Amino acid sequence: MKTRELFQIDLPSNPERLPAFREELRAWLVHQPWDEHQLCDIILAVDEALTNVIRHGYKNQSDQPIYFTAMALNGDGEPPGIEIRIRDYGQQVDLSKIAGRDLGDIRPGGLGVHLIRAMMSSADYFHAPGGGLLLIMRKSLNHTGRSQE
Amino acid sequence: MAASPQSSNLTIELATHGSLRVVRLLGEIDLGSSPRLRQQFLALVEDKDPKYIVDLSGVPYMDSSGVGTLVEFKRKLERRRGQVVLVGIQPRVRSLFEITKLDKFFVITATLDEAAAQ
Repeated sequence: MKTRELFQIDLPSNPERLPAFREELRAWLVHQPWDEHQLCDIILAVDEALTNVIRHGYKNQSDQPIYFTAMALNGDGEPPGIEIRIRDYGQQVDLSKIAGRDLGDIRPGGLGVHLIRAMMSSADYFHAPGGGLLLIMRKSLNHTGRSQE
Repeated sequence: MAASPQSSNLTIELATHGSLRVVRLLGEIDLGSSPRLRQQFLALVEDKDPKYIVDLSGVPYMDSSGVGTLVEFKRKLERRRGQVVLVGIQPRVRSLFEITKLDKFFVITATLDEAAAQ
């Protein structure tokens, strides 16, 4: 028997929407058994993922669709935690090139994917049917994230 | 003290601490607010003897766009023999600098007085 709770929202690719969305996500997450560090990890990872969609997928167009789904996982066959899906219809890129920059190469940019992978248990990109990308991120309840090291 | 026009969720104040110039940031720094911060920094880089303290004690949240904006500011200041010291970074924001190893790139102090001594 699985118990899953969903948080689904359609967002515009508008940076001005991000602060309110982070608060909405936090309001949903506080009902899940995360500690404050983990909760902040999830919010940052989502924010970085949405930033990448807006910047790179939609080239800063502010009126394009982003479909966000978060699902609490608490059942057999999978570790308790969360699965987050972010789907866009932006430019498809070579998936092998979605990577954080070398941290020794200090310059603006290139840190978003690095932070996502540091905050979450896993993060996998897929080419979505019909165009765009689908990002599936998971974080298990026992994943502390590198923000707490 | 001059405050930039309110927009988004970030307030930028220009102040002094003794003879030092301080950029005091209040609010969240993300993709929505970092372009305005970048414009402010680009203007400051053009100043004579560009040495600044950036007070981050009022910033509870920053993402990689904010970090990138600070990296660009420091790089441009260095080209003009300027410098920047970051002050009062909250723990959550500091962890971003540590994960990205930028805590070694920036001079970071706890207080304005410590920054002034740099």
